Amino acid sequence: MRIYCPICGERDSSEFTYGGDATVHRPAMDETDVEAWCQYVYNRKNPRGPMLEYWHHTQGCRAWLVLERDTVTHKILSQPRLVGPWADQPASNPPTDGGSDTGSAERERVSEPVGAE
Amino acid sequence: MSGYRLSSGGSQIDRSRRVRFSFDGRDLGGFAGDTLASALLANEQTLFGRSFKYHRPRGVLSAGAEEPSALVTMRGGARVEPNTKATMVELYEGLEAASQNRWPSLRFDVLSVNSLFGNFLTAGFYYKTFMGPTRKSWMFYEHFIRRAAGLGAGGFEADPDRYEGLHAHCDVLVVGSGPTGLMAARAAAVSGARVILAEEMAQLGGMLPNESESLDGMGAGDWAKATVAELSTYENVTLMPRTTVYGYFDDNVMAAVERVADHVPVPAENTPRQRHWTIRAKQVVIASGAIERPVVFDGNDTPGVMLSDAVRSYALRFGVAAGRKVIVFTNNDRAYHTALRLADQGMTIRALVDARWAPPQELVEALAARDIEHFPGHVVVKAEGGKALEGVHIAPYDPHTKRLKGSPRWLTTDALAVSGGWSPAIHLASHASDRPEFREDIQAFVPGAPEQAWRAAGACNGDFGLAACLAAGAEAGAAAAGDVGFGATALPLPSVEGGEPDGSAMLPLWEVPAIKGRGKKFVDLQHDVTAEDVRLAQREGFQSVEHLKRYTTLGMAADQGKTSNINGLAIMAETRGATIPEVGTTRFRPPYNPVSLGAIAGREIGAHFRPVRLTPMHDWHVAQGADMLAAGAWLRPRVYRQPGESVTDAYIRETRAVRDSVGIVDVSTLGKIDVQGPDAAEFLNRVYSNGFAKLPVGKARYGLMLREDGIVYDDGTTWRLSETQYLMTTTTANAAGVLTHLEHLLSIVWPELRVQVTSVTEQWAGMAVSGPNARRTLEAAVDDMDLSNEALPFMGVRPGHLGSIPVLIARLSFSGELAYEVYAEANYGMPVWEKVLEAGKPYGIIAYGTEALGALRIEKGHVAGPELDGRTTAADLGLGGMASRKKHYIGSMMLDREGLTDPNRLKLVGLVSLSGESIRPGSQLVEGATVATSGPSLGHVSSTTYSPALEKQVALGLVEGGLERTGHRLYAIYPLKGHRVPVEIVEPVFFDKDGSRMHV
Repeated sequence: MRIYCPICGERDSSEFTYGGDATVHRPAMDETDVEAWCQYVYNRKNPRGPMLEYWHHTQGCRAWLVLERDTVTHKILSQPRLVGPWADQPASNPPTDGGSDTGSAERERVSEPVGAE
Repeated sequence: MSGYRLSSGGSQIDRSRRVRFSFDGRDLGGFAGDTLASALLANEQTLFGRSFKYHRPRGVLSAGAEEPSALVTMRGGARVEPNTKATMVELYEGLEAASQNRWPSLRFDVLSVNSLFGNFLTAGFYYKTFMGPTRKSWMFYEHFIRRAAGLGAGGFEADPDRYEGLHAHCDVLVVGSGPTGLMAARAAAVSGARVILAEEMAQLGGMLPNESESLDGMGAGDWAKATVAELSTYENVTLMPRTTVYGYFDDNVMAAVERVADHVPVPAENTPRQRHWTIRAKQVVIASGAIERPVVFDGNDTPGVMLSDAVRSYALRFGVAAGRKVIVFTNNDRAYHTALRLADQGMTIRALVDARWAPPQELVEALAARDIEHFPGHVVVKAEGGKALEGVHIAPYDPHTKRLKGSPRWLTTDALAVSGGWSPAIHLASHASDRPEFREDIQAFVPGAPEQAWRAAGACNGDFGLAACLAAGAEAGAAAAGDVGFGATALPLPSVEGGEPDGSAMLPLWEVPAIKGRGKKFVDLQHDVTAEDVRLAQREGFQSVEHLKRYTTLGMAADQGKTSNINGLAIMAETRGATIPEVGTTRFRPPYNPVSLGAIAGREIGAHFRPVRLTPMHDWHVAQGADMLAAGAWLRPRVYRQPGESVTDAYIRETRAVRDSVGIVDVSTLGKIDVQGPDAAEFLNRVYSNGFAKLPVGKARYGLMLREDGIVYDDGTTWRLSETQYLMTTTTANAAGVLTHLEHLLSIVWPELRVQVTSVTEQWAGMAVSGPNARRTLEAAVDDMDLSNEALPFMGVRPGHLGSIPVLIARLSFSGELAYEVYAEANYGMPVWEKVLEAGKPYGIIAYGTEALGALRIEKGHVAGPELDGRTTAADLGLGGMASRKKHYIGSMMLDREGLTDPNRLKLVGLVSLSGESIRPGSQLVEGATVATSGPSLGHVSSTTYSPALEKQVALGLVEGGLERTGHRLYAIYPLKGHRVPVEIVEPVFFDKDGSRMHV
């Protein structure tokens, strides 16, 4: 699998580490409802189909990315985007067209992941 | 009667080069180009092995990778390789092979008595036959079944050969080099695309050497050679013979194994035995061909019963006749041409038995012209012969009722060439597609819709005719290149003369009724699965094809059912009254053929299994003769043994030396993280459970880091170097994890915090100087620092110089003694280390290792990895005071949950051995004095040591209720080794309880 890092360009998936479910929202620091914390710490949905995920470029620039991936076909469905303080920077390595290994992958914009704010 | 070498012919062999080999100790001869199977047939060998369950005599069925029966053990000693298909072994000088699964010999196998118990060894027999008389009986039977199970035996010596793993990239990967693959490779090549053509066999060309057509005026085999020669002139084409593409993975990643040196006695110098290729292809053309199917009838496993294309191959490619009196049994047209060509090669074809009543007239006449008896509308109902085929019973057959219509007659024969049709080899395509589709017109499954970037062409896609294959290959190659962006010019197709029928005009014939009773009709020869087993599975409710497979083990052997899957599911369909597509096929999974573990491991073996990390002072430790210990990927000195010392002697001496005077230990492996930014203080305050916001510059603090669920994750010290810069240390094991944790928080959870974290583990060399003489030692070593208690108080941090080298000195103590951690930039680690040793000479300074490091901290009750095992909270460890109630931090909101505040939780205690025996870490703590009265586990022992200070064996452990049990006596038991040590629960600190030694 190849993952496009906006900073480093398209890289083999072995350079990355899975970073967790990107649809979960960490409660505010002062949240006192333990149930809300338990929900965040323990409960995850397990969708069949597209899922929003974090990936960490551990063997590269160490940036965190968010992308949409299909849990059944394993195809990446969205263009990975940076998360965090550099999220507003333009990509240093914009993806090239027509070089896709999975010829039929669609590149759609996805909505902002909930936890990013 | 048996096979023999024809006096001429054999496109693949070189009759001028004799090759000597041995089989079961017999010295035999063959030719260069032979396979072991063809050479054995030429030497009149009929018996190749004994079957898995019933030990029935078996011959060779095929000429290729689909072989289920002719499994041999190759070589010997450290290179011994069992279960190798004789059809795939390229003959070489001095080859040694042996048959398997027989004792004492192939001809006389004692275990063939299993045949007599056939009725008790049917599908699922483990659960039926061997279920009594008592529950323990299975363990009795299991012993014998285990001895009898399996086919070949593996070796016990280390494999001396090298294996390599490589990567390749291309635009178009073509799998298979038959007519389809050759045309696809050519079409893609002329367009300029980078092409890899992978072929499982040593020779490219697939079945072309067998075909009677002329292509572009040449024999089909010659055309193949010419095309291969042309392809090898292209710079953008890589030919990979002896390479099996065994798996299709996500993102068009293909896995393949190249058999570099399987065909020579020993790999050439600097040559690997096999290479594993990970091929990233933009487009794939699958031209994997089709595999011939046998027919299921009574005695169809008798040696001498073979696939018809295999008989043709042996004659045309190897110049070997499979028998002296061959009968062809078929349900299609193509086998007629096989009979004719074999006859033209000089073989005696006694008869052709065709299940169809009305085959094409010109074929019937051609047979007559060669005196081949013709039996239309007949089937072979039984093959007889034991160790070698002697003859067959044939009978008239009604395809509508699927019953025999008359009495059988006997025909003598020693080789039966069977053709039940062809099954497209859809395995690779199926790794990357939806369910295969069944085509009624060819009664076969073809690949389903692609889920990756591939296309199938030729026989694997249901086109069995040569002209069709050539056209499909050219089209697929051009289209694949086009998809990558290489505009292809249309490739002219070779002219084809003398077309053979493609075998698609056939009568579906999966199984033939037995003459009487049920007969012994084999579906899966390698696992000895019969047609009756399939019906038994259906009767017992295992009707789905996936259940059929696993209950009967049909298709689960090393041949993965290549010649048995379709027959098996057709019989299940018949039994269920369903159609074949309704039954469907099982899911194909990689690998297509067995892959050696060596190929998968490649070079990542031995010392290369994982990287090794060395500290800057590593060479010094080794030069001192230290016992080096792997701590994760790091190597650390365990003890520095003096002559005559055991490990225990050494660490006791080292520990005493530290307590009495001074010692130095290499702590470079600790994780170190630089934390910088205007919000660094706030960040650390949110990450540690104790307060960090007000840590003054020039001070360090011990910090406890919790997980989000409130369990302790890691501990370490963090030093404030300036208003905005900190140096965080972590445990060695968690360094990477903590860094990721911090980066996650800064990118995802608190991106508004202005903080940068950087791993600096490898940038700093670290050493701890500990003991009553530590200050005196360092004062003599440093250039310009005031190390008095006032200038550098406990937990203080100061920069300075030591031997002109910039250092950071922090007054921290893991050992409980007066101690300092000296950090220098990694390249300066050695000179600083040596300078300190020099300065400590008057005080008898020694270097100490991880054992003494452990003994010292356990004596002081300092927790470390074994206590931070992912199950303990701060309160469990007696560090509840470090879990602040005044701020929010990672884990703070989860701490008050019932489960984490239960008073009966396991809590930290000290343990003293009452018998003087050492306590084993991991021991369980129980109340009862004997094995029978132990009672439940009340906790466990986490860290143990001999305490030189107390002169006792001590330990730290976690026990229910913790210090409420102070004074109680328990037993530390280790049942696996039968240890039982009486212990007393005490406070978890054994020495210097008020901690005053650190504060001098």
